[in-house]
Amino acid sequence: MTAVTRMNLLQAVNHGLDIAMAADENVICLGEDIGKFGGVFRATSNLQEKYGRPRCFNTPLTEQGIVGFAIGLAAQGSVAVAEIQFADYIFPAFDQIVNEAAKFRYRSGDEFNCGGLTIRAPYGGGIDGGPYHSQSPEAYFCHTPGLKVVIPSNAYQAKGLLLAAIRDPDPVIFFEPKAIYRASVGDVPNEDYELELGVADVVQQGNDITLLGWGAQMIQIGKAADIAAAEGISCEIIDLCTLLPWDTDTVVDSVNKTGRLLVSHEAPLTGGFAGEIAATIQERCFLSLQAPILRVTGLDTPFPLIQEKQYLPDYSKIYEAIKVSLDY
Amino acid sequence: MTVKSPQTVAPIFIDGSALKISTLRVLKADGSLINGVQAPNISRELAQKIYSDMVYTRTLDERMVGAQRQGRLSFYLTCTGEEASVAGTAAAFSPDDMMMGQYREQAALRCRGFTTEQFMNQLLSNASDLGKGRQMPIHYGSRKLNFMTISSPLATQIPQAAGYAYGQKLAGKNACTLCYFGDGAASEGDFHAGLNMAAVLKSPVVFVARNNGYAISTPSVEQYAGDGIAPRGIGYGIKTIRVDGNDILAVYAAAVEARSIAVKGQCPVLIETMSYRLGAHSTSDDPSGYRSAEEEQEWRQKDPINRMKNWLIKKDWWDQSRDDSLHQDFRKEILHELKLAEKRPKPPLADIINDVYKTPPKFLLEQLTSLQAHVAKYPDNYRIHGENCQ
Repeated sequence: MTAVTRMNLLQAVNHGLDIAMAADENVICLGEDIGKFGGVFRATSNLQEKYGRPRCFNTPLTEQGIVGFAIGLAAQGSVAVAEIQFADYIFPAFDQIVNEAAKFRYRSGDEFNCGGLTIRAPYGGGIDGGPYHSQSPEAYFCHTPGLKVVIPSNAYQAKGLLLAAIRDPDPVIFFEPKAIYRASVGDVPNEDYELELGVADVVQQGNDITLLGWGAQMIQIGKAADIAAAEGISCEIIDLCTLLPWDTDTVVDSVNKTGRLLVSHEAPLTGGFAGEIAATIQERCFLSLQAPILRVTGLDTPFPLIQEKQYLPDYSKIYEAIKVSLDY
Repeated sequence: MTVKSPQTVAPIFIDGSALKISTLRVLKADGSLINGVQAPNISRELAQKIYSDMVYTRTLDERMVGAQRQGRLSFYLTCTGEEASVAGTAAAFSPDDMMMGQYREQAALRCRGFTTEQFMNQLLSNASDLGKGRQMPIHYGSRKLNFMTISSPLATQIPQAAGYAYGQKLAGKNACTLCYFGDGAASEGDFHAGLNMAAVLKSPVVFVARNNGYAISTPSVEQYAGDGIAPRGIGYGIKTIRVDGNDILAVYAAAVEARSIAVKGQCPVLIETMSYRLGAHSTSDDPSGYRSAEEEQEWRQKDPINRMKNWLIKKDWWDQSRDDSLHQDFRKEILHELKLAEKRPKPPLADIINDVYKTPPKFLLEQLTSLQAHVAKYPDNYRIHGENCQ
């Protein structure tokens, strides 16, 4: 039996960073307020103290600068872990991520790469954050060949996926569900372990419908499935974990079994990643589908403050959609 | 920690043009030194090498613009007029130093030993191009020569250079990063982000701002209101110098000192080279629509290559007959290699999915299989220059 420690998702991120820095002196953490202060959420607590300022340092307040700098570090041979304080503020770095990091290896014919780059950013709603502390921008990055996009939903995944992301030979965007940073608590192995990127987690087996999501949305999906179960509806639950590249086969196998698919994400409906999943699944599972694929998502509005609860695709909306699918 | 600032009781505003930065100049147009000035320490061998690199670059540019006009290349971009700014800075650096360019620095690649064959392979996107034919002409790069592959977006290399140099510092390397960009690129956010980060985090990087007067058609007077790029370096707390970019001795002297400051002091340095883009922005541009022939003529009189040649001849390190044969040899070599490169095969179709990720994921392999089947069915629709590419 491996020793485990009970910790929350945020502590698991911190623990993962600690292990990565201890195991490889090339691992460098950088970002706004991440030094002595340990980050606004404390994801980098004590890292500067343990590994020194040259390896864990504050940067000026410039997201494009942070990502550009981290790309250069990675190209030089470091393993750069850059923190963007909120995913909502990643957009000044969009050019560096999309035009530079994602294409670095391709455009140079593999003369150079920035595979050592990982960009961490807390994302998502549920903290009364309004339009600029709540967004889920994953779909923008999933539209960019060359990137990997990873979103953990619990403490165990946060550590294992983060370690895999840091050591992956391609640039990874790692979005952390900040609403459940402290609420999500679980047993996390003390040892160094990695969870393979691109592999979805079948959280619960079921026969009537497949419920698919990622990040904080897994909690809402789980609650909806429990309510449905009380009514005799058997839900299969899949946590996608990696959105790019996503585990098509696992979802296809599941939908071929259940005949129904519901995808839920906090991001707006139009252009959201659920659309991509729906398109692929109707191609691959057309004859198995017994109902249209349903999407339960945020509205096509900016993320609101006072109507946050109404905006979010919570368990009751998912439960209602399950019934619509089953009654089709 | 707040700014340590002396206090005043007078509400005086500092004028936006109060900081005037002088331009270092050593060499006159006729190749003589400005009175009382000492030439930098430069050997005959190195001086001839730099001169040769400048002539090579000029010849390459002339031939390639011609080849583009003949339809043999899709696109080209010259260094014409700025050869001293680039060759003179590049020559002051060590092969271990990383170079990150904008796109007008072929003289720096030549200085590092990029061969004519390599230039031609890239320009013609053939299978021997180090970049595997993936980018437009002039987007060179070479790991072996520590020359980072060029990307089209402007100024993105500036914060990257700050990070690369920081990595060199952490790795304990006795090396730095040399980063080029133009006066237009210095208006991008990445310029400000990159210089500030380099200064705050003390990255050993030498920034070379090639101020050539134009960003495509936009003259510098419509690009910035201040005194060029140099004062911005000072604003960020970076040691800065401005040099006459057409004066090879001034450029070289400044670059030698800049590298020494960056490596010994483990800090950034900014050089602004004042020059002029004698050619068009690219082969897709025609400068007659936005600037006068007189203005161009005025700058032709200050040609950096002639100026250096005059100096070399005055020192008895060069003569006209050697000059003639150098030009002739380069022309011959370039045209010969162009023909050879044109005959080399194009990269294989399968390369379309390689290097997106280190290992192509399953979905990309599936997309390739599907594409290959389609191309095999309609081969005539997918020929590249008449060549069947599969």
